Parts: sequence; C-alpha cells; structure tokens
Amino acid sequence: MFVPYILPPVHVTRTVRSVCPARAGVAGLCAAHTCVRAEHCPSTWVLLVDIAGPCISSSSWEFVRKSHEMLLIEEKYKSIAKLLLSSGTCPRCVLRFCCVGSSAPYRLPYKNLADELQKFLSNDGDIAPPSKKVRLGDSEECRSETEITRDTDVNEAPQTCNLCLGILQHLCSTEFVKQIFHKVQSAGYEFQDFVFSVSLPPQLLVREHSAWLQAQEEMRRQDRLLEKADIIQLKEAYKWIIHPMISEELGVQAVSKSLFEVGVVFCHQDTDEDCHFLVTVCKDCFKPTKNKQSVFTRMAVVKALDKITDDDFVTHFPWPPSTPKTTCQVIDIQCNHASVFVAGRYNKYSRTLPQTPWVIDGERKMESSVEELITEQLMTVFQADSFNFSSSGREDVDVRTLGRGRPFAIELVNPHRVRVTEQVMKDLQQKINGTDKIKVRDLQIVTREALAHMKEGEEEKTKCYSALIWTEKTIRKEDVEFLNDIKELKILQKTPLRVLHRRPLASRPRIIHTMKSEYMDEHHFRLYLKTQAGTYIKEFAHGDFGRTVPNIGSMMKTTADILELDVESVDVDWPPALED
Amino acid sequence: MLHPPVLEIHSHIAFVYSRKTRGHLEYKLYVCSVIIDLYMAEACQQFPSVVDRYFTRWYKTDVKGQLYEDYCILQHSNRICVITLAECHPVLQSGKNISSISYQISANCSRLQNKVSGKSKRGAQFLTEFAPLCRITCCDGDEYTIYSCIRGRLLEVNENILHNPELLKEKPSTEGYIAVVLPKFEESKTVTEGLLSQTQYEEVLLKRTSIPDSKVDL
Ligand SMILES: [Zn+2]
Repeated sequence: MFVPYILPPVHVTRTVRSVCPARAGVAGLCAAHTCVRAEHCPSTWVLLVDIAGPCISSSSWEFVRKSHEMLLIEEKYKSIAKLLLSSGTCPRCVLRFCCVGSSAPYRLPYKNLADELQKFLSNDGDIAPPSKKVRLGDSEECRSETEITRDTDVNEAPQTCNLCLGILQHLCSTEFVKQIFHKVQSAGYEFQDFVFSVSLPPQLLVREHSAWLQAQEEMRRQDRLLEKADIIQLKEAYKWIIHPMISEELGVQAVSKSLFEVGVVFCHQDTDEDCHFLVTVCKDCFKPTKNKQSVFTRMAVVKALDKITDDDFVTHFPWPPSTPKTTCQVIDIQCNHASVFVAGRYNKYSRTLPQTPWVIDGERKMESSVEELITEQLMTVFQADSFNFSSSGREDVDVRTLGRGRPFAIELVNPHRVRVTEQVMKDLQQKINGTDKIKVRDLQIVTREALAHMKEGEEEKTKCYSALIWTEKTIRKEDVEFLNDIKELKILQKTPLRVLHRRPLASRPRIIHTMKSEYMDEHHFRLYLKTQAGTYIKEFAHGDFGRTVPNIGSMMKTTADILELDVESVDVDWPPALED
Repeated sequence: MLHPPVLEIHSHIAFVYSRKTRGHLEYKLYVCSVIIDLYMAEACQQFPSVVDRYFTRWYKTDVKGQLYEDYCILQHSNRICVITLAECHPVLQSGKNISSISYQISANCSRLQNKVSGKSKRGAQFLTEFAPLCRITCCDGDEYTIYSCIRGRLLEVNENILHNPELLKEKPSTEGYIAVVLPKFEESKTVTEGLLSQTQYEEVLLKRTSIPDSKVDL
C-alpha cells in the first residue's frame, strides 16, 4: 500500500537532493511536491513534500501512485509526452524522451503501457484537492499553476513508431527472440553467458535529433533544459526490454563483459534517405572511404548533427518525421566468441619449410609452413573461423630452429569450442608432432595479456646460432681461431637488402657476444654465435654488399658466405614449460 | 672440364686472334676472358654466390651512346635494384685509376643528401632512367657519369666507394655497387624491360668481338 510520508521541509530538501536529485518533480503533482522511489525497495513510494502544496484528493493519490509506479514520468516532461505521442511516436520512445531511467516501465506489455500513458495524459485534470490539507509551512516556491492542460488528443498508437522505426514495438516480440535463439542454437557455440549488441541504421540518429529539438523547445517553455544525454538511448531501452527475454531463452545471463556476443543488425531502406540532406550542409563529414559501403556511418552522422545549426536542421528535416510504412528489417543475427589464445614452442627441422605460407603474386612458392602444420589441428579442435600466428622473431625458410625451440602464440578467432581440457591439449600436441618437419612443446591455452611476454625485451634477449661458413680463400685451422677470442663485438648493420622493401632503412648497432669456430676444410668452418636478438646473421657472414661492418669476410680478408644456419636457442622464458 | 659455350668462346678467341685485327683486339680478348671467368666461376663453386642466390642480373650496354659503358643491374626478388658497373665498363679496365668519385651531380643536387624514412621510404629522390647518380674521375683526366638506368626511388648510395674507390674495381658487383634503387611497385616487372638478360648480354659481348663486316660462323 502506498503511504505518503510527510517530512519537515528542511529534512526533505536534504533528503530529496541526496537520495535522488533527478526525480525532483513528478507527473501528477505540482512541481513543489516530489515523489521518489526509495532506493532500498523499488515498490515503496515516498512522497516528500518540502513546501506547502496544493490539495490533492485521496482518489488522486491512488492514480498518482499507479502512474508513477508504472511509468515513472516526471511532471515536467508531460508536455513532451503529449507532443510525441500525438506525432506518431510509440509509448516506449515517449518514456525515453521523458528521461525515464528505470527499466521496469519499458518492460510493461506494450498494450498496458500505451493504455497507462493515455490515461496518465488525459486524466491529469482530475487531480483535485485532497480532503485533508497538507500544511507544512510557508514557502514562496510553491507554484500550483503547473501547465496542466485538460485533455489533449492523444492518437491511437501508430503502426510503426517514427523514432525507433518499430524496434521498441515489433522487434522485442517473443517471436523475434525465438528467432535469435534458433540462430544461436544452430551456430553451435560453447558459452556460459552472453552480451547482446545492436547495430542501428544511422537515420535513427537524425530522427532522434529531430525529436530532441522539439522536446527541448517544450522544456524551454518551462525554463528548463533538456540535454541530449538526458534522453534514454534507444539501444539502452531496447536492451532493457530484450535482455531478460533472450536470457530466459538461452538459459544464461546477459553479462556486459561476456566473451560471447550475440549481435543483431537492423536496417530500414524506406528511410535511408533521411540522412542525405546532411551532406549538403556538412560536406566534410562525409568523405568516402575505401572500406565503407556508405558514407553515412553512425560516426559521420553524429559528427554532422553536432555541427549543424538547429535552424538548418529544422528547415531540411521538418518535424514530425514521417511515419514509416514498415518496420526495421533484421539483416543479420551474428554470433561471435572472443578469441582463444594458444601458445607453445616449436622446433623446425626442415630447410625447405617457411614459417608462414610463402605466396608471391597469388602463387604458392613452398608447400606447407610451420604455421599451417600447427594451426591445422588447432582449428579443428577449437572450430575457429580464422587465426593469427605470431612468434618471438622468425627464421628464414632455409634455417632450422633447434634446442628448446621458438615461442609462438596463435589467436583463434571466433572459436566455437572453448572448453578444452589439458588432456585434449596434450593429444593435440601429439597429433601436431606426427611429422618430422616440426615439433611442438609446452602447448597451452594462455590469456591475451600473457602474449606480451613473448614480445617483451625482444631486443635485449640473446639468440644462439650455428652457421656453416664458406671462404673464397683457402684457410688453415689457425685462420679461424682468432674468432674465438672476440667478445662483445660491436657491428653496424644497415637494413639488409632482402628486407629493405618492407622495413625502414636504418643503420643499427648490434652486438656479437661470443663466437666459437670449428675448422672443417680448406674452404669451410662452422661458427657458433651468441648474439643480440635482431642481429641478421646471414648478413654478418657475407657482409650484404659491405652494408654490415665488420663481417666475417672483412675480418678474414676474403669473401665469405653462409651455407647453412641453425637457431640453437631463443632465450625467452615464455610460455611456461609443461611436464611431459 | 669446360662448358660447351666456353669451348665455343675459346674457338672464337682463336678465330679473332687468327685474323690479327688491330684496334679492339685486346679489348675483345678481355671480353672473352670475362665470359670465360663467368662460366668458370659457375663451374667451380657448386654453391651459388649471394648475388646468384637472390638477384637477377640485367645489363644495359653503351649507356647514353658511350661505347662499352655497360651496367649490370642486380634485381632482388623483392624488386629492389642494385646499380653496379659491368666488368666491361672503361672505368674498371686495367690501367685506369680512379682519382675521385662524386655524388654531387649538379650545383644544388647531391645524392648524398638523399634521406629516406619509414617503411614507405618517404623523402627519397626519384630517379628516371637517365638520372645521373655520380661522376667518376680517373687519373688520366677521363670523366664518366654513372646513370640510374632504373626508374625508382633512390634508397641509398654507396659511401664506402668514396673513401675507398678501389672497392669499385675489386668487387664491382658487390661491395663496389653504386646505388640502391626501389622501383615503384606497379613498375617492378616493367622496369627491366629495356634491359638485356645475362644470355642476351653475352651475345652482345660476342658480337663486339667479331668484325662488323665479316660473317663469322661459329
Ligand atoms: Zn519508438
């Protein structure tokens, strides 16, 4: 039952302002009265009267209670409600423009809501003085002449709302929710909650702007302001209505940070042209871009609406917006699961296997690749749409990677299967290792954040190599021994010619920490190197047209070349080693 | 063990020699020996050199109508071109000594001022086919202008040859390079269209050694 609490003025003023400043002034009461919903209990209503108000009849109390509970429209917005409802706007959009920030009224059945709203607007004249006088002292602030106009023509709810184009009317139906449910079901994802996203046609912004200008005008007449941000966004209201419905169908909660996203894309062709006049007024907001189908992106329209003067807008887009014949169309219902990341270390034993597919002018140069050998199996298990392979550095096609291998990580984009046990990962690793070209270890699921470890200090880390060197001049064992004594050799490397087409030209200092030579024959020796990461070893061997100095050739006063190269170790401690 | 073409060249030298032609004989013999070296090198080193592994050799002869001023352009599979002098170029002949090399090609343009930045190599000087790259002055007073031969952006010039001109003579196709040029992506295939392939160039060299008005049947 509704119990009006009547509090002393001083107390009230404080309470009202601190409990809920936005609720000051509620429909059905004069501006001097304030009705707020107690925060601790949504069904309890507290009437706060801080000044002497007009007399309200006891029957009116009941009405006031009802309409407040259901609609929560504040008195000051009443004229907006009238205006919109009479120009072809649906009751839910009326709530939005009356700044009703609570989800409950939006969730009322459409018919009830429409009825309540009509009753609320047409009955306001009935508020008669109450039988008992409420006297709480003097106040100059009392303004009993609120602009209450008796009876306005409130039209029947239009077929399709001219502000939401039917989204808050027909697209929150159980049928539509069922349609979403079937789509999610057939997509076959593993998920434990969901987040719902909506893509709206940009002309809704134009219509929204138009209504806002009118509503603002109404408020100005009362010497009040109405900021665009005060209006409840269509998206928000839509989610308030549809979230519980989808939630019930799917049997899981709507969570804003969920990894699983269900998105609907709406369009409305009949009104697409609404935006077009903006081009004539704000040309520079609509520059054609390569990837966008239309210049009328939401971003561009927002920008243009921000720039356009109210007069210009009203001239080109007169109030009220046309009532559309059709409802927004659902052009797509998309499901997407956030990426899963898998990391590990790989060895590469082949000198004819590139790390990533080698394709030039659409033509495949080498069969298979490290990337493909690993991801093929992962994609099957996680049922992802695509993947992104990354690693701590990379080796050339003719370079082997030995030792404990090179850390890598794979982003599996839009995976359908995500509950993958450690055992499954182990089996997966074994399957990948069913080739003699590569071997994978420490295969595990990691977080996106952990990926940073792989790239961390890529410049500072060291790498160990083994190289087979050829010399033009004939050499004896003694000729290569001097290399063993060279420590922390500073070299200067210009960006190698072989990568210069895609990297900036620079001359970078690099350090060869240690070298160890092993004489083989008159023209060959093996060289073990420990170098700063980022050193180009092949160029250090042959000199790259004298662009790496010093180089093996220059130090040995001959022409040198590198015939084979192996990576012996990549000193990055990630991902963590797993037991076998 | 000689390649059949090498044997062919040998017989040709013999032929040329037998005619006892004067004037260019010495030069022609030199040209033949270059070709022989080329084949010999290929035959002896089983492992192809850095240049052979990654680059295609293109040639341009008698550039700007200057007799024997031949160039060898090394095009990497990534479309980058290294401009070098072919071994026949007069500057590289024995007896010639380089006194100076200058990348200052006009009063207000020096190739040394070329600076490129970023992956897209912003700020590069753009070269047309006949854009001069540098001037080489020899001790005998002869001066040679070296041209780009390739349309594209100048990425770098070889500053090492400024301090050490001998590099040009010792290793003309590697450390003695003149400049690095990046053709436009869309021109990467067409940029070498007017140039000679290695085989075509060898044919030109052979023709040079023969006497213009005599028909030589090899
Ligand atoms: Zn609506």
